[in-house]
Amino acid sequence: MTLTPARPPSELRPAGALPRGTVPARRWRRRRVAWAPYLLLTPAGAVLGLLLLWPLVRIAVMSLQEIGLRQLRGAPTRWVGLDNYREILADPFFWRVLANTVGFAVVTVTLTLVAGTLVGLLLNRLGRRMAAFVASGVMLAWAVPSITASIVFRWLFNDTYGIVNWTLDRLPDPLAQLLFGRAEFAGFSWFNSTSTTFAVLVTVVVWQSFPFVAVTVLAGCKTVPTELYEAARIDGASGWRTFWSITLPILRPVFAVLVILSTIWDFKVFTQLYVIAGLAHRDAYMLSLYAYAEAFASPPRFGTGSALAVVLVLILLTVTVGYVRLTLRQEQL
Amino acid sequence: MRRLALNTTGLVVFAIAVFPVLWMVGTAFKPTPEIFSTTPRPVPADPTLSHFAEVLTGDLVPGTPFWQFLVNSSVVAVATVVISALLALLAATAVARHRFRFRTTVLIMLLVVQMVPLEALVIPLFVTMRRLGLLDSLSGLVVTYVGFSLPFAVWMLRTFVAAVPVDLEEAAAIDGAGPWQSFWRILFPLVAPGLVATSIFSFITAWNEFVFALTFMSHQDGYTLPVALSFFFGRDTTDWGAVMAASTLLTLPVVVFFLAVQRRMVGGLVSGAVKG
Repeated sequence: MTLTPARPPSELRPAGALPRGTVPARRWRRRRVAWAPYLLLTPAGAVLGLLLLWPLVRIAVMSLQEIGLRQLRGAPTRWVGLDNYREILADPFFWRVLANTVGFAVVTVTLTLVAGTLVGLLLNRLGRRMAAFVASGVMLAWAVPSITASIVFRWLFNDTYGIVNWTLDRLPDPLAQLLFGRAEFAGFSWFNSTSTTFAVLVTVVVWQSFPFVAVTVLAGCKTVPTELYEAARIDGASGWRTFWSITLPILRPVFAVLVILSTIWDFKVFTQLYVIAGLAHRDAYMLSLYAYAEAFASPPRFGTGSALAVVLVLILLTVTVGYVRLTLRQEQL
Repeated sequence: MRRLALNTTGLVVFAIAVFPVLWMVGTAFKPTPEIFSTTPRPVPADPTLSHFAEVLTGDLVPGTPFWQFLVNSSVVAVATVVISALLALLAATAVARHRFRFRTTVLIMLLVVQMVPLEALVIPLFVTMRRLGLLDSLSGLVVTYVGFSLPFAVWMLRTFVAAVPVDLEEAAAIDGAGPWQSFWRILFPLVAPGLVATSIFSFITAWNEFVFALTFMSHQDGYTLPVALSFFFGRDTTDWGAVMAASTLLTLPVVVFFLAVQRRMVGGLVSGAVKG
């Protein structure tokens, strides 16, 4: 990180480097080495432990139990071993949900990265003022809360009064037929079938997440030495060739982090799914909403809900390990 | 020619990015007949504040006035910001200023917990909060959001703390300042810009959060704005004018804060990959 100066730890400085006769300061310095950092870390550590690590342990434990209404009211918990997992893995619906989750993540991550990278490269090519203008608009999309973004897209895709159907209806019929397989969009309901619901869902999430990719790619492009591009231009390389041979290799670590972060974010999408598809649309469930719906159904089934959440955590944990390893390689802690 | 093509593409990207937001605001100001017209107009012909009035004075959720949700959201967000900034500053000082045995472990843990899928923790946290008697209370939400915003806040603040020259603190120590004095008089004012940036980030986290507020708050008087909005949307999907007005009100503070902080946020998130 640019802001972090590589400074030798001040505590290791030989005592002679400090002016003589500053005993109080030196004593303080030695004392703070011993326990001060732990004291400073305690409050944050306690909160994180209670809110992030303890629940991770709890959810693993709960996934091995049967927890219904009676257990919530104080009846002793019943250990069921791996029964919850056996139950969900044997249920074809789980595999459908898993397919939804993975399919959604793959499509969304791909589209987000392609769109975001193109916009990032564009911002890099634009003039200063134009780039600032376009970037401010891109930032606006990023800033909108998930709940409002989802509701606004429900309105844009409204069957009768939505601007999307109105626009699609005005496309030349052969073109619309070619692109979407239908020419008539007046009154077309996007939220009745699972596939079109997912189309809207992917649109929302890509619209919300491409700005992060764009801005990151732009930041990365700024670090590429301009001499390389000049050399490429003199050698007569095309824009495409320049991207593949210069930009991409240099930004490889940036893209790796972007892929991993986007994957993590898209795997656990909840709010958008809750608003766009809704609890009633079971065929559109993904792991996060399925776990929630299981646990908070009536009667509640916290055990199976937890098992589903554990599956989600395990998938993301694999991705996280990749992220941490990459960050550690890049950054001097 | 090339310039023109680039700029045109730029404008198209801008239009796609802002269109949903503009359409939301536009709909919020349109009188009802204009909203339910089969030939949509981009700009309200006859702008009205009636939908905003309906949201502000009427019932998003029957029986609870709008200001209650606004107060809930604001209290939760502000409390989260204050607590999380304080804890993050202490922890950031520890990892940026001190060398100690588990320093690297702490930093790795910070990275790992940032990646914990919070949505998967709804179930155990619900049970824990229930046991602690913190369901249906704003403090339960505050504690939760502090936990969520803390890892990123520490990660971001540590670079600000590290950028403050140690010499300043050493000079203060030589002049006889104790650790507390040195912390408050020297370090705190110098990392204030970093604190502002991380605070805005925590504010946005708390203001936008939906899943936990939905799960923890069973009584409507405790709803935060996003939950109230989703309730209203679920109950009355046809009153698009009011839904868009409420969405606009919810979005406004975030957009303002976000535009203020975005530069630093990107820096913090991708610091692992982008080296200057």
